[in-house]
Amino acid sequence: MIRRALLTMVGAVLALGALLPPPPARAERLIVSVSNHRVTVTPNYSGEELVLFGSVEKDASTPATRNTYDLVVTVSGPRANMVTRRKERKFGIWINTDYRQFLEVPTYLALFANRPFDAIASPDVARRQQLGLNNVLLTQRVGPDYADVVPNDAFRRAFVRLRSEHGLYREDTSAVTFLTPTLFRTGIPLPGEVPIGTYGVEIKLFSDGALVTKTDTAFEIVKVGFEQFVATTARQNGLAYGLITACMALMTGWIASIVFRKD
Amino acid sequence: MQLYLPIADIPVNVFLILAMGAAVGFVSGMFGIGGGFLMTPLLIFIGIAPAVAVASVASHIAASSFSGALSYWRRRAIDPALALVLLSGGTIGTMLGVWTFTLLRSLGQLDLMIALSYVVLLTTVGGLMFWEGLRALLRVRRGVAVPLRRSGSHGWIHGLPLKMRFKRSKIYLSVIPVVVVGIIIGFIGAVMGVGGGFILVPIMIYLLRVPTATVIGTSMVLTLVTMLFATLLHAATNHLVDAVLALILMVGGVTGAQFGARAGQKIRGEHLRLLLGLLVLAVGIRFAIELVLRPDDLFTIRETGGAG
Repeated sequence: MIRRALLTMVGAVLALGALLPPPPARAERLIVSVSNHRVTVTPNYSGEELVLFGSVEKDASTPATRNTYDLVVTVSGPRANMVTRRKERKFGIWINTDYRQFLEVPTYLALFANRPFDAIASPDVARRQQLGLNNVLLTQRVGPDYADVVPNDAFRRAFVRLRSEHGLYREDTSAVTFLTPTLFRTGIPLPGEVPIGTYGVEIKLFSDGALVTKTDTAFEIVKVGFEQFVATTARQNGLAYGLITACMALMTGWIASIVFRKD
Repeated sequence: MQLYLPIADIPVNVFLILAMGAAVGFVSGMFGIGGGFLMTPLLIFIGIAPAVAVASVASHIAASSFSGALSYWRRRAIDPALALVLLSGGTIGTMLGVWTFTLLRSLGQLDLMIALSYVVLLTTVGGLMFWEGLRALLRVRRGVAVPLRRSGSHGWIHGLPLKMRFKRSKIYLSVIPVVVVGIIIGFIGAVMGVGGGFILVPIMIYLLRVPTATVIGTSMVLTLVTMLFATLLHAATNHLVDAVLALILMVGGVTGAQFGARAGQKIRGEHLRLLLGLLVLAVGIRFAIELVLRPDDLFTIRETGGAG
C-alpha cells in the first residue's frame, strides 16, 4: 500500500514537472570528440597531448536566458588496486609500517574545468558530482570497511600528491576554453609513464551551479609492434622469453670478447 | 634519444643507460666483479621499479661475466671442477632466492629487505676489504713480505670430510664449504640483483684458500650460470625482466668492461683491493644513510595488481 502511494506521488510529481517549464536536463546536448581514440606507444613514445573538443547544442526548449556554461572534463585511466605506505622510524631506521589500500582507483585521473570548481557549483553539488581531486571518490579499505575518507586524510592526501608529482593525477581549472559561448576545447596531457589501457572521458555541463547534461567518450592507449610483442611474450611465455634474454646475454658477451680480443 | 621500455613501462634516455652500463662495466672489468651492486641502485635511482631493476640486471651481469669468463678460459685461468661444485650449490641458492624474492614482494617489504641487505653486506664486505687492503699496503710500505697464502695455517674448513682434489687450482678441499658458498652466493644474487662476485672472490681467497690465479675466472663462471638461471626464473615467475633495458645495459657494460680490465692491469693488487673496498663501503654507507635519515617523502605508492 505504502509503495503504491509513493509511486502515485512520484507519478504526480513527474506529471507536474511536464507542465512546468521544460526541465533543464533535456535542453542541451553535448557533442564531443577527442583528437585521437587510439594512442599508440611506440619505442620513441615519451608522452603525448590529446585534444578534446566539442560544442553545446541548444534546442528549442533551452531557456533563452541561459547563455553561460561551465564545463568539467574528467579523464580516468584503467583502474587498479594500490597501496600507500607510510614510513616510520623503528629501531633507528625508517621502515614501512602503516598502510592503506586504495581499491579500484584510476591509475590516471585528470579533471579540467573552465574556472575554479567552487565558482562552478556549490560545495554540495561539487561533492555529489565529484568535481575536483578533493571530491573524487577514492575507495579505501580500512580494516573491514570500504569507504572514502575526508579529503585531508593523510594517506589520501599523500596518494593524490604522489600521483600528481608523476603527472598521473592532475587538476586544472583553466584548461577548458570556450572558443565561442558554445564551442569548447581542452588538452589532455599524457605523461610518458602513462598506464596502458582504456580511458574514460566524462564531460559535464553546468549552468548556474546545476548540472545541465553530461556525456562521455573514451580513448585507449595501446602498445604496438615491438613493445606489444615484448610485453605479451614476457607475460604469456615467460620461460621462452627468459631463454631468449639469456641467449641474448650470451651472444652479447661472446661478440664483445671477439670484438675486443686483442693480441 | 628517448626509448620506451616495454616491461618497466617508462621512457628512458638510451644514452644515459648506455653510459651507466659503460661506467659500471669499467668498474667491473677493473676489479673482475659483475658490478650488479652498483647497477641495481643506479637503475632504481633513475626511476625503474626495484623489482624490474633486480631482474633485468641479472641478464646484464650474465653478459659481462660471459665475455670475462671467455677471456679467462683462453688464459686457462678457470678451474672447471671447482666451478662445477660451486655451481651445484649456486643453482639451489638461486632457486631459494627467487622464491624469497616473490614472497617478499607480496608482503610489501621487498624494498626494505633489498636496502637492508645492501647495507649489511656492502658495509661488512667493503669494510673488511678496505681494512685488509690498507694492511697489505702498509706491509708493502714497510717492506715486510707476507705471503698471501699462509700454507701452514689450515683452518677448521680444511678438516671437513668429502675432500676433493681441484687440479687446476692445486688445492685439496672438502666439497661441503664450496657447495655452501655456492648456495649463499646464488641466494644473495637472486634477491639483491647482484652477481655476488665481490663477496665470492674474498671468500674464495681467504676462506677456501683458492690461489688468486684461478679465483676471478672461476667466480665469473659461477656468476655467469647463476645469473643466467636467475634471468630465466625471474622471467618465468615474476615476468619482470626487461629485455630492452637489459640489452642496452649489456652493450654498454661489455664495452666498458674491456677498458676497465686494461686499466685494472696497470694498478697494483693492493691498491685495487683498497679501491674496491672503498667503493663497496661507499655504496653500503649510502644505503645506510638512506635508511637512517628521515626520507623526503614518508609515503610511497605501489600498485598491487589491477582489476580493470
